[in-house]
Amino acid sequence: MAKTRKPTLAVWKFASCDGCQLSLLDCEDELLEVAAAVDIVNFVEASRAVAKGPYDISLVEGSITTPHDAERIHRVRRSSKLLVTIGACATAGGIQALRNFGNVKEYTSIVYASPQYIETLSKSTPISDHVFVDFELRGCPINKYQLLEVLGALVHGRRPVTPSYGVCVECKRRGHVCVAVAGGTPCLGPVTNAGCGALCPGFTRGCYGCFGPKPMPNTSALANYWSAGGMKRLDVVRAFRGFNASAEAFRRESELHDT
Amino acid sequence: MTTQGAAQQPDARPPAFLEPEHFDDVIQILRRRGYRTIGPTRRDGAIVYDEIESAQDLPVGWTDEQSPGRYRVRPRGDHALFAYASAAHAWKRFLHPPNLQLWRAQRTNGHVELVADSAPPPRYAFVGVRACDLEAIRRLDQVMMDGPYVDHVYRALRRDAFLVAVNCCDPSGTCFCVSMGTGPRVTGLADLVLTEMVGAGRHFLTLAAGTASGQEVLDELGRRAATDEECRLADASVEAAAQNMGRSLAVDGLREALANSPEHPRWEHVSKRCLTCGSCTLSCPTCFCSTVEDVTALRGDATERRRLWDTCFSVEFSYLHGGSVRLSPRSRYRQWLTHKFSTWHDQFGVGGCVGCGRCITWCPVGIDVTEEASVIRQAVPLPGSTGPMTE
Ligand code: SF4
Ligand code: SF4
Ligand code: SF4
Ligand code: SF4
Repeated sequence: MAKTRKPTLAVWKFASCDGCQLSLLDCEDELLEVAAAVDIVNFVEASRAVAKGPYDISLVEGSITTPHDAERIHRVRRSSKLLVTIGACATAGGIQALRNFGNVKEYTSIVYASPQYIETLSKSTPISDHVFVDFELRGCPINKYQLLEVLGALVHGRRPVTPSYGVCVECKRRGHVCVAVAGGTPCLGPVTNAGCGALCPGFTRGCYGCFGPKPMPNTSALANYWSAGGMKRLDVVRAFRGFNASAEAFRRESELHDT
Repeated sequence: MTTQGAAQQPDARPPAFLEPEHFDDVIQILRRRGYRTIGPTRRDGAIVYDEIESAQDLPVGWTDEQSPGRYRVRPRGDHALFAYASAAHAWKRFLHPPNLQLWRAQRTNGHVELVADSAPPPRYAFVGVRACDLEAIRRLDQVMMDGPYVDHVYRALRRDAFLVAVNCCDPSGTCFCVSMGTGPRVTGLADLVLTEMVGAGRHFLTLAAGTASGQEVLDELGRRAATDEECRLADASVEAAAQNMGRSLAVDGLREALANSPEHPRWEHVSKRCLTCGSCTLSCPTCFCSTVEDVTALRGDATERRRLWDTCFSVEFSYLHGGSVRLSPRSRYRQWLTHKFSTWHDQFGVGGCVGCGRCITWCPVGIDVTEEASVIRQAVPLPGSTGPMTE
């Protein structure tokens, strides 16, 4: 805490919905604390005043989907001491990575009146496919308490405390009734990283996998159990093709059933 | 009440007779005595343990169906109060809270001050502690406060807890308390022991005091003694339950078989099916593992240390310098099963499983400990396989 100068913070947007950066504004009560801990010098969502880099901390939201962004991310990296990616788009390619399983040309020809003006890459990829990332904060959207934790850790030079286990652990701590067992609802909780506080099971919904695969997830055991219970192949594929469709473990599992 | 055998019943009086529609009197007496009454209640398609304010909060007329990986509630068509097996929650949720602040610290002008939570712990009355769960509490007592390392949070909550135990008449498809010698009849010490007789046109409760404070509650209730006939009927219901176990487990030789089979092929077999989600350990009424986490304010001038339930199924659980000792899912499943049925004996002189069936029911893919353990037990222990467990 002996720092004389507050670290500067920049927020960057790539292909995304803005939901994750909004989590920062969403901090409301804690926003003053954030402002006291860091100098937010580049955050167009909040202020038009933009200061030049280099920046101590960059929060990067969104995935890389265009040739222009594939270049821009290198400039962001060069101007950032620490680069933290936030959200499913930046860490796994996001929902737009569904294009990775199809043909972008086909999509653009259907969606746009003049597809010839669309310059886009065939795949939506996470930031870490392009530049070195210092820390990945997952979620769709990210959890604001985790964001505060990561900022606090970076400011004070310690390791962020974020979970490395699955959603079931949070679910059981909270005392939720398991929707898979008591309701027969497919739930990705057993293979998904914790971080949301088991939000959906708390509302008797199955987990959608917003925080991506947990370490060493046994996705096949879950998928096989669903299949044995009568779940259709297409539904198994769809369960793994959500906001983290392109995260390695989920992608592999969905492809096994996509035949 | 404190631990087993501490306070004994003054004299063996016959149990009291109580009409089920007056069971609320017991709850109200306990509440007037300052207890927070916790008991079974229906929520989100299951019977859970939560605060109950009156007998109306009980799952009146409901029962459960349990099988590996599956739980459903269904109406019974009567007004039974306790006609179901172990609930989704275990009582450890109250005695060993899943998420607890241990202390917090504040820094002012370079001076760090530690602040402990000074609020007195709640006085709980647990209403409807089934035989297996009563035994589970006793086994937790051994771990948390009867040994050399006392958990003060647990002890404070446990010391003041009032236990209304239930002789179990409605085992589920995943129960095996008979195999584990823990039920369905209550044998441990509880303040009150309740039996519910329902069927053959009759429906009544009998209530026996197990401690002086239980007797006080019975005295205040002021009910007549149950007749011999009523006691016999109630007893027969419990007797019938013992014949009605959903599962069984042969335990002789199991402890040794597990200790001697670290390389049994069954570990690989189960690891293909297991999600390493930890639902089994977190549902288990005796699993006690926890971790601590620090939550530090952005300003860096305040922090709190929290204790959270942990599970030996997480990779981080066995993280030592340089990495996790139990990285493979196989080694994590083996840790759980071996701890429950083998090494718990080494540590505490008794096993870690009471046969409540929760881990079987609440496993999202229906893995059954009785099946896994039986396969290992049947194996002929390989000579020379007693060395240290390896990955
Ligand atoms: S509801 Fe989902 S997250 Fe919760 S315990 Fe069940 S499987 Fe796990
Ligand atoms: S191991 Fe399973 S059956 Fe045994 S006490 Fe724990 S949850 Fe109940
Ligand atoms: S089985 Fe695992 S979670 Fe349960 S007490 Fe043993 S080590 Fe802890
Ligand atoms: S045995 Fe079942 S409940 Fe336990 S970790 Fe494996 S999948 Fe989860």
